Amino acid sequence: MITAADAPALPALPLGDDALVLSHRLGEWAGHAPVLEEEVALANIALDLLGQARILLSLVGDEDELAYLREERAFRNLQLVEQPNGDFAHTIARQLYFSTYQALLYGQLATGDGELAPLAAKAVKEVAYHRDHAEQWTLRLGDGTPESHARAQRALDALWRFTGEMFQPVAGLDVDWQDMRASWTSSVTAVIERATLTVPSGPQSGAWAAGAGRQGLHTESFGRMLAEMQHLHRSHPGASW
Amino acid sequence: MTAVTAEHTADTTHQAHFDAAVAADERIEPRDWMPDEYRSSLVRQMAQHAHSEIIGMQPEANWITRAPSLRRKAILMAKVQDEAGHGLYLYSAAETLGTSREELLDKLHSGRQKYSSIFNYPTLTWADVGAIGWLVDGAAITNQVPLCRCSYGPYARAMVRICKEESFHQRQGYELLLALSQGTPAQHDMAQDAVNRWWWPSLMMFGPPDEESAHSARSMAWKIKRHSNDELRQRFVDICVPQAEALGLTLPDPDLRWNEERGHHDFGAIDWDEFWQVLKGDGPCNEQRITQRRRAHEEGAWVREAAAAYAAKTASDKAERNEAQVEATA
Repeated sequence: MITAADAPALPALPLGDDALVLSHRLGEWAGHAPVLEEEVALANIALDLLGQARILLSLVGDEDELAYLREERAFRNLQLVEQPNGDFAHTIARQLYFSTYQALLYGQLATGDGELAPLAAKAVKEVAYHRDHAEQWTLRLGDGTPESHARAQRALDALWRFTGEMFQPVAGLDVDWQDMRASWTSSVTAVIERATLTVPSGPQSGAWAAGAGRQGLHTESFGRMLAEMQHLHRSHPGASW
Repeated sequence: MTAVTAEHTADTTHQAHFDAAVAADERIEPRDWMPDEYRSSLVRQMAQHAHSEIIGMQPEANWITRAPSLRRKAILMAKVQDEAGHGLYLYSAAETLGTSREELLDKLHSGRQKYSSIFNYPTLTWADVGAIGWLVDGAAITNQVPLCRCSYGPYARAMVRICKEESFHQRQGYELLLALSQGTPAQHDMAQDAVNRWWWPSLMMFGPPDEESAHSARSMAWKIKRHSNDELRQRFVDICVPQAEALGLTLPDPDLRWNEERGHHDFGAIDWDEFWQVLKGDGPCNEQRITQRRRAHEEGAWVREAAAAYAAKTASDKAERNEAQVEATA
């Protein structure tokens, strides 16, 4: 078992964990989506993210050992991506915040010469699609009916406090984090305003300001998510699948 | 009187054209004349097929969050996604006959149209995902490959695409079971238990015996169906026996043996009481499956309404812009 103490400190780990955990959450939508086209779209995004997670985790060690045998304190993903799906508006708000971040991050990494540049170059194409999907739905929900407008606003507000974490530097990544925050804010603001919604005004981080998910400090639902994800693998130690 | 006679004559001519086209193995296309019963029979069959893809996502999606390796998880997600896509093809194909997806979904939700009875069985272990791939998809392919030559063009073309993807899923399911069968003793037992539970329901997927099949004769005359239920079931059993051997698993039928004289495997009696019970709605998961489907639809209503309202707004914005542009130009 891999505990917090011996979790490797490579930058691929936090990025891999983001993709792994969000992919899992999107996978929970299968069979529950509001329209068949969204069954396809959400599964498609989940698959892209899982593909990214597998490459990133493999740079760190064995993908299955890292996914299935770490406890929650050893996971380095953002708290944002582990948030429960909620209603469709919450899922879309989470996608908007995260895919905008990922597009900017991978955009920067793709132009650099770091170890992650080739992966980032491939992933930016996928992420551009994810971002477009989230933006289009933010517009439809925000500027749709009074009910969808209210739900979209509630979702943006509820998830806002998990967005600050995205701009804390990840050790080993050559990224301009200040620039990232500014670009993210202006991009997300433009979409939210076009959707006739209001940019949330609360703080962008909660009480766990000291690194939170990136330091292995997670929210309560995450442990339960891992219990479900890891149960079968852990029940058959050493087995191959 | 004259009008009726003229109409009657026209119908007779149409019928003769239709019969000749079917006899010549030509494809019937959406704008062609077709008998009302041919149309309604196709709508029934294609809708049921589409519904089966959509409900069929549930038993497998049940294991997405628990898949034991990331590779298996990716395969399973891709498969469930494909099923949603198959449902979409089939609803589109059915719409060429003058119905709509909304109408068909409504009939599914209200129980007026059915889906394959196999999806009313639960997935209790990870091995069930493999058993569904190997046996359920295998049975589906045996049923569906002849449909690629079905007389109705849009259905036949949808089946060509679907069968390619299904064959891929089936091989993946087989490979999943093989990994389990050759794995630890606990994994082997898990695989055997899944095959024991899915074998008979898979044989039931071919429908009632020929003498009790209500639609068979007509569907065969129209070349919607090419082979009888029992013929396809026999073909499936003959395919599965050597595959089970290669897997190192047994099929749960003490009467299963090679019959030299027939050149086929004999097999035991199917529990048709169970089949009819599941079909009537009293299977292990009927209630659960339809409730989840209805709930997804009902809880998604506000999302669909939002999309429609937004589309209407942007369409009228565009129209206003165009009008303004026309005025400016004038």
